Amino acid sequence: MMFLMWVAIVIAGCIAAAWIFREALRKTMPEIIAKPMRQAPLTAAFGILVILIYVVLAIGADIFAPYGEAQVFEKSLLLPGDDPRFLLGTDQIGRDITSRLIYGARNTVGIAFVTTVLAFVIGASLGFLAATVGGWLEQLLSRIVDVLMSIPSLIFALLLMTIASAWASRLGVSLTIFMVLIIAVLDSTRVYRLARAVGLNIVVMDYIEAAKLRGEGLGYLIFKEILPNATAPLLAEFGLRFCFVFLTIAALSFLGLGIQPPLADWGSMVSELAQFISFATFAPIAASLPLMAAGAIALLTVAVNFVVDWMLHRSSGLKE
Amino acid sequence: MAIKADIFGLVGKRLGLGLVTLFVVSLVIFAAVEALPGNFAQEILGQGATPEAVAAIEKELGLDQPAVTRYFSWLGNAVQGDFGTSFGNKRPVAEQLEGRFANTLFLALVAAAIAVPLSLTIGILAALYRNTLFDRVANVSTLTSISSPEFFVAYVLVLFLSVQTGWFPTLSNVYDNMNFFDRIYATMLPALTLTLVVTAHMMRMTRAAIINLLASPYIEMARLKGLSPARIIVVHALPNALAPIINVIALNLAYLITGVVVVEVVFVYPGVGQLFVDSVRLRDIPVVQACCLIFAAAYILLNLTADILSILSNPRLRHPK
Repeated sequence: MMFLMWVAIVIAGCIAAAWIFREALRKTMPEIIAKPMRQAPLTAAFGILVILIYVVLAIGADIFAPYGEAQVFEKSLLLPGDDPRFLLGTDQIGRDITSRLIYGARNTVGIAFVTTVLAFVIGASLGFLAATVGGWLEQLLSRIVDVLMSIPSLIFALLLMTIASAWASRLGVSLTIFMVLIIAVLDSTRVYRLARAVGLNIVVMDYIEAAKLRGEGLGYLIFKEILPNATAPLLAEFGLRFCFVFLTIAALSFLGLGIQPPLADWGSMVSELAQFISFATFAPIAASLPLMAAGAIALLTVAVNFVVDWMLHRSSGLKE
Repeated sequence: MAIKADIFGLVGKRLGLGLVTLFVVSLVIFAAVEALPGNFAQEILGQGATPEAVAAIEKELGLDQPAVTRYFSWLGNAVQGDFGTSFGNKRPVAEQLEGRFANTLFLALVAAAIAVPLSLTIGILAALYRNTLFDRVANVSTLTSISSPEFFVAYVLVLFLSVQTGWFPTLSNVYDNMNFFDRIYATMLPALTLTLVVTAHMMRMTRAAIINLLASPYIEMARLKGLSPARIIVVHALPNALAPIINVIALNLAYLITGVVVVEVVFVYPGVGQLFVDSVRLRDIPVVQACCLIFAAAYILLNLTADILSILSNPRLRHPK
């Protein structure tokens, strides 16, 4: 019963925050932002608010966090409330959990963002290239993508991480870098499919023909002619792919095979703090620590999904 | 007659394509291991590898053979259920996989048995009562559960259904010779986690497929005849929505395969997923290869089934004009 009451309070709080945020944007912002906000549903306003909070936390982690992410204190496994210096207690080796949660915003979200950008750079350029050049190159790239997509991506990522971890220990490079590359390549296959499909519709246009006749090079065609006309569908896809990459990285880190210590990261924090969950009867805040880290991941994906949902709804003109 | 042949042709083509994909995937999995730095033998022996010992192990594992020969003997053995010997405990991989595979299958089946009827019902109801409060709530809550990582859902369930209420065990202690109901009881939490993750997607797709159809003229006609909304959806819309729905179900079962890895680790459920993650950590290549091959094969087979079923369930293909 207590639980249901808390859920109701939290949901009411979210709705209120989203409503206030939307009203504030409508009243104070210039017309270009205020206008779409007038039609925006509360879910979208909530999504934008959450994303903004995450961005601020990620950029200002140094200011907001009371301690460094890898700073070790003498007292380990402090429960929340044991010591006023450590609001949420400390972990197994005595790092402040509050600070690590805040730095997690920078590391987890930042790394996922970089990976998604990389996936888009690879996927979009190859996709447009395939659409422009066509012929055997398109066939080759598409068949490679087919094969990569026929293995579930988490499974494939785990297989490649096995090999990467062997290389990482040999070359002395951080495993995190390998992970970013592996996920970017695996995820670029989805971007490739979309970019190629969108590109194929664009290359048959007259202005492409004109540019070809002017004797423009391949690079000009792809980046100056096709890319500007394909940004809208690619942007909508970016939100969805970001969620997907973010969740994959979180899952890998949770399994201990993603973002490596000493970087603070939500996925690995969940598995490190999971033991606290059995304290639920006498230390409810400690028990919710793993849920806070996991919830931070869930909240951001939900927020991005809400915004993407709204954008798709707007651009498709669906008024059901 | 010609149409029958057409269906067989289409199905045959998909089957052939599936086989080719499976073959290529096995090639990729095999090739990935060739990309390891150093060699197998050194990996097994560790620090104290003398050249003689390395040569002896290479001979024993057939590593002195060219890669093509090794690939075909690996594939040949794998097809017969022999995945080589584990580096970690020197036991045959197949022996370790046997019981675990059945466990994973059991978990996936329990999850599917709850998720499929549940999501179809909610999906149809949401399509029927679209734009009402029920639809809004279903929409927001499914979007939320799609977006949550599996371990978040898992730990929330553990906290409320296990630690606080004590209804279910925190860890899934599944062993051989367990009776069926004990097994279901032990599997319940991981299965519920998977259900929550998968249901959302299936429900949304079911709703979308049916709403799409509701805009078509023959539904309009049925509505004008004065049929009840429930009858329109179940008798008129559903048969045509079957193909996309079957597709979604199969895709989500395929998705279960990925989800199973994380969920098994959370609940320490003795399945293939957990073995897979442990072997990746230990860099136990033969086990990693075998697990990868099993997951990929299951994934490809499910997708293939989806394709074939959606061809077979298409009313236009079955009842030609």
